[in-house]
Amino acid sequence: MSLILIAEQVLNGLQFGIMLFLMAAGLTLIFGVMGLINLAHGSLYMVGAFCAAAVAAATGSFALGLVAALAGAAAAGALIELVVIRRLYDRDHLDQVLATFALILIFSEGTRWVFGSFPLYLDVPPALAGPVALPFGIQYPLYRLALIVIGLVVAAGLFWLIARTRIGVQIRAGENDREMIAALGVDIDRLYTFVFALGAALAGLAGALVGAIQSVQVGMGEPVLILAFVTIVIGGIGSIKGALIGALLVGLTETLGSVFLPELFKLFMAPAAATQTGASLSSMAIYILMAMVLIWRPTGLFGARA
Amino acid sequence: MSREAVFNLVVLAGLVALPLYAHLSDAPFTITLATRAVILSLAAVGLNIALGIGGLVSLGHAVFFGVGGYAMGILAFHAQTYAPLMEWPFVVEGTKSMPVIWLVAVVFSALVALGIGLLSLRTSGVYFIMITLAFGQMFYYFAISWSAYGGEDGMSIYVRNGFPGLNTLVPVQFYGLCLVLLCAALAFNAVLLRSPFGLALNAARQVPDRVRAVGLDPFRLRLLAFVISGAITGLAGALFADLNRFVSPTMFSWQLSGEFIVFIIIGGTARLFGPVAGAVLFVALEHFLGGVSDYWHIWFGLLLLGVVLFGRGGLIGVIAGRGRGHD
Amino acid sequence: MTEAVLQTRGLFKAFGALQATEDVSIELRPGEIHAVIGPNGAGKSTLIGQISGAIVPDAGAVLLGGRDVTALAVPGRAKAGLARTFQISQLAMEDTVLQNALLGALGAAGRPFDMLRPVARRGALRDRAEAALARVGLTDQARMRVAELSHGQRRQLEVAVALTLAPKCFVMDEPMAGLGTEGSARLTGLLDGLRAEAPILLVEHDMDAVFALADRISVLVYGRVIASGTVAEIRADPAVREAYLGDAA
Repeated sequence: MSLILIAEQVLNGLQFGIMLFLMAAGLTLIFGVMGLINLAHGSLYMVGAFCAAAVAAATGSFALGLVAALAGAAAAGALIELVVIRRLYDRDHLDQVLATFALILIFSEGTRWVFGSFPLYLDVPPALAGPVALPFGIQYPLYRLALIVIGLVVAAGLFWLIARTRIGVQIRAGENDREMIAALGVDIDRLYTFVFALGAALAGLAGALVGAIQSVQVGMGEPVLILAFVTIVIGGIGSIKGALIGALLVGLTETLGSVFLPELFKLFMAPAAATQTGASLSSMAIYILMAMVLIWRPTGLFGARA
Repeated sequence: MSREAVFNLVVLAGLVALPLYAHLSDAPFTITLATRAVILSLAAVGLNIALGIGGLVSLGHAVFFGVGGYAMGILAFHAQTYAPLMEWPFVVEGTKSMPVIWLVAVVFSALVALGIGLLSLRTSGVYFIMITLAFGQMFYYFAISWSAYGGEDGMSIYVRNGFPGLNTLVPVQFYGLCLVLLCAALAFNAVLLRSPFGLALNAARQVPDRVRAVGLDPFRLRLLAFVISGAITGLAGALFADLNRFVSPTMFSWQLSGEFIVFIIIGGTARLFGPVAGAVLFVALEHFLGGVSDYWHIWFGLLLLGVVLFGRGGLIGVIAGRGRGHD
Repeated sequence: MTEAVLQTRGLFKAFGALQATEDVSIELRPGEIHAVIGPNGAGKSTLIGQISGAIVPDAGAVLLGGRDVTALAVPGRAKAGLARTFQISQLAMEDTVLQNALLGALGAAGRPFDMLRPVARRGALRDRAEAALARVGLTDQARMRVAELSHGQRRQLEVAVALTLAPKCFVMDEPMAGLGTEGSARLTGLLDGLRAEAPILLVEHDMDAVFALADRISVLVYGRVIASGTVAEIRADPAVREAYLGDAA
């Protein structure tokens, strides 16, 4: 076990966490502003990945693929907001769960219909392929490093949007008091559609970026969706800062746990048993983290006190 | 008699008559389909105690279904390999006896429900939904990593487990067993609704502050409801595993948790037979639509969307008129 | 002097910079109606919350029958003999009037985990619920759903549920809220008869009801008790006239 390995795994954890943040930020914004729990957020992640893979395959350009992912996911988000989601804002959470569950079925099967059941592959762009040499002799894939940078830039942009712009003022007002933004003369319908499409675009971007290091397939969104939920529970619903901290915690726990827990158990167990126990425990590590946060602070690290 | 009561009787009569007819006309596949519907109904009846009466939107009930399934799988696996389950501090052998398996399934799913409930019921609303969903995923990944019992591939049980006095290999006999358990769960649910506990739990959903003010603790009421609910769904899981003679991590999947909720809503919330009507309809659609189109989930999704957005009462609401809604 | 049934000792509660209650000490003696009045934002709701157990005070204590109940949560205080009513009716709207009263009886009996016997057939529970409904004049409405009741009837049912607890004392949060003259007069008559069973701490805006019912009055302004005494004393108190009645009159 070397320091280089540890540094690599920490970078992997950061990369995973920052992609989770893109998902969790949209979910937590949508919940904070509109009070909506959106299970179909994972579908938007999938839509982004498929748009990117299809366009990149047709044009040979990864950059065009990314543009397509952003546009496609935002358009899909705006569409379902206009047709379905806006009927759910004043419904109870049960109805929201069911309707967005129905959307998952429609999106997943619809994608299977169009693209078939086989996974698509999205190649890492040549300019970002291969390893890069970091200080202390660490060799790290350039693409993954780029994901961390892109994620951080997007996160910074999001914080800027919310803290410094007119639309950010409206979003913050909407989180506190719906009637107030109406009184401010804001067009709530348009604001809600914008926030939903923004969240969708972030999810689509994450799907496309991750799609290049995993396969692009139907059902890829839901495991990420559930991890994003864990992230939000840990960070606190409605808090972008909580989503960022939660995402990094989940990303690091998941990545470091799966590498180091089996090693840890090997210190005092037979190797085979240690691998088994370590694997089982690391598959549960983030949920145990979530449970501990719940015991300590039921509303999450940055959530409003109930 | 109300139209809803008539509807319930018709459903019950259908559940008795159809498989008998299928048995006499030698159509075992129809019986298998009906068994599937009855077992899924039982799982949803369990969920309905937490969701319908207690208002607890659990999106992780497949956990209990899976725990029940693995209880069956593990006990039967050790019985068919003649390897004791554990030898220390005392020897535990596997078993092929359904009553024993059911008991183990109920006890373990109740214990898991107690643990999950203690954590998740500290919260409410969306937190509760997300946390139950997350714990469901935890069990799913745990089952995948548990290579001693098949890991991702699951495990097959070669011969269906036995019940004293019955030949469970005859489809209609196993079906009858499942139907009796479903009826028992429905009867328990009906009694529960009129009992002090039902009254208090129902009030805890509507006005928790009032319940506290009369000296009752909503948390304890909900926790007990969640445990009972999990135990019944766990029993259904054991039966489901026996129907397929196969258990795998998909029994823990979040899709299944979602489908249990869908059964209740499609059938009609706050109706005793809502989960049954919903599960039967789902299995029927799965069979018939699935035969017509490979992509039947699209049509099912659209149907579900329509029910949620426009038809609040579900199937029973359409047939029997407006009852007490859930809002 | 007889011992107070309910007593608060130096209750403090701040929400951020806002001091909602400050050193509030109030006594409720056997057989009396003690009214707490004050302008909006005086801290009356916070006080009720602290007494009933919904709000944890920053400092101070609540005593019920001489026993310190500060550490108990809402259900524990209800079991100890404190029955509260809500400013905004907290009733199970889908359920019948009788079922709501039965819930109170069930709480008093303290055995809510019975799952097998129908609640309506359990004699003692039902007797207790029906007696409370009769007391407030809702016997004829017992089988109606709460959703079908008039606002006035819901206010009566609020009191009936508290009655099923057979408490040591009542804490009533604006029972007259939203009532017209007639409903207010009817409820005033009802509360007047209740004080013999258990004393009432009455937070109320309706001054006619307060002056008709109260044995003693405490005036809460900006979280502090500025005056406490008999009705006549309070009417004559210059500080009260200035701070409160002056505004109202």
